[in-house]
Amino acid sequence: MRESGEAAHGHHHGHDVGERLYIHRHSPLHDLPPHLKIVSLLTFLIICVATPIQNYWAFIGFAIVITTLLATAKLPVLTIAKRATIEIPFLVFAFLMPFFSKGERFEILFFEISRPGAIAALSIITKGTLGVLTAILLSGSTPAREILRGFELLKMPSLLVQIMTFMLRYMNVITDEMERMKVARLSRGFEERGIRDWKFIAGTAGALFVRSYERGERVHTSMIARGYTGELPKTEIPEINSSNKFLAVGIPLAALIITSVTGALL
Amino acid sequence: MSTPSLEISGLAFAYPDGNQALFGVNLTVKKGERVALLGPNGAGKTTLVMHLNGIHAAQRGTVAIAGEKIDASDKESLKKIRSRVGIVFQDPDDQLFMPTVREDIAFGPYNMGFRGSELDAIVDEALSQVGMLDFADRAPHHLSFGQRRRVAVAGVLAMKPEILVLDEPSSNLDPASRRELATILKSLDITIFMVTHDLPYALELCERAVVLSGGLIAEDSPTRALLADGQKLAKYRLELPAGFTVSA
Repeated sequence: MRESGEAAHGHHHGHDVGERLYIHRHSPLHDLPPHLKIVSLLTFLIICVATPIQNYWAFIGFAIVITTLLATAKLPVLTIAKRATIEIPFLVFAFLMPFFSKGERFEILFFEISRPGAIAALSIITKGTLGVLTAILLSGSTPAREILRGFELLKMPSLLVQIMTFMLRYMNVITDEMERMKVARLSRGFEERGIRDWKFIAGTAGALFVRSYERGERVHTSMIARGYTGELPKTEIPEINSSNKFLAVGIPLAALIITSVTGALL
Repeated sequence: MSTPSLEISGLAFAYPDGNQALFGVNLTVKKGERVALLGPNGAGKTTLVMHLNGIHAAQRGTVAIAGEKIDASDKESLKKIRSRVGIVFQDPDDQLFMPTVREDIAFGPYNMGFRGSELDAIVDEALSQVGMLDFADRAPHHLSFGQRRRVAVAGVLAMKPEILVLDEPSSNLDPASRRELATILKSLDITIFMVTHDLPYALELCERAVVLSGGLIAEDSPTRALLADGQKLAKYRLELPAGFTVSA
């Protein structure tokens, strides 16, 4: 297995703020060109979400598909579990729904709960989890820069792509700047004790904003100096081989087959 | 004699708030020359640099690059000028805005219309000129400050400029990076116009120095002669590092 010990040249290992989510592996999913991956996974997800929750066999099928994909991408289970915790607030909300919803009620254990509420909750939990896992798959197998290339190839407005590209580049610069300002604060004996100290933090935030704004102007000047006319260099369309095509079409197709076959059985 | 790389005559400029920065600058830099622009803070050095590629439009007087006058109202002419004047700004983080070194170097030549393998060749050449070819696929954030400055120089060299303008090239560099950059700059066959407070650096790299003071070129002489003249240095608030003396 190739693990983190692999330090070969030109390999991304994800130390940047913008690259934190990416996990470097060699897999068919990592090899899939970003625009295909985005479209393929998004279509998969739309089919999942559009399937009524009562068709529970279908969701077992979807779960198998996404688990297989995560395993194929060789993403570590623990990391996936940690990242999936982002869903918890939504789960809490969903768990409360059966107790507070209206409609037909039924008793389970010692509680009387609403049937439509329970169904809606189950739907949110299941579909939400599928969504989160798909997002983890995309972000774990695609460097942030490549996701942006994908958006560009999918004809997202150039201005938005540019803004996101700069965000990716300057997030690190600004985080460093923030860190230095924090060190400077601490070095002069600052200790955050409570709400009264917030004005100093607000001051730092304000200074950071002004600095970033000024940096923005300097960056723009230096872009103009190198002939910027409103467009960043275009990404060349990556070559797509037959296994890429197979995978990109296969993922949503699997979902479509699952939903129609199990739907017909209902 | 061939056409001078840079020819400034009677250049005056005032900021919109009325603060006048330049009062009629005259300066000619010959092809292949390396000239240092010296002067205290607030003398108008940066303002002058901003005129060299039309970021500031001349309010009076003219700036010509290789014989071609900059016309800030003509977009096509500006585009051409900007490919001929390579400005390396002080903070490399302002200049390296693309996610990887390679993409950043490609930015300038891409805007000039280069594509595909031709573009790749230009990028590789520029990176090898500054000894950074091995870092092509890195993110600028992962480079040291000195390396980032070298990449910034490469990004400008990739546009094959007539004149390389450096704003404080040695600032924030450790002595080794400072020396490495000097070696690179000396190896380039290009006209160099360098703004600096680092007088020994000016002496090492530039045979000629001009002093901008009060919005005018106040001195124009061989660097060594200027730095050997204690009175002149004091007059323009220029100082050699302690213990450093230059003999004429």
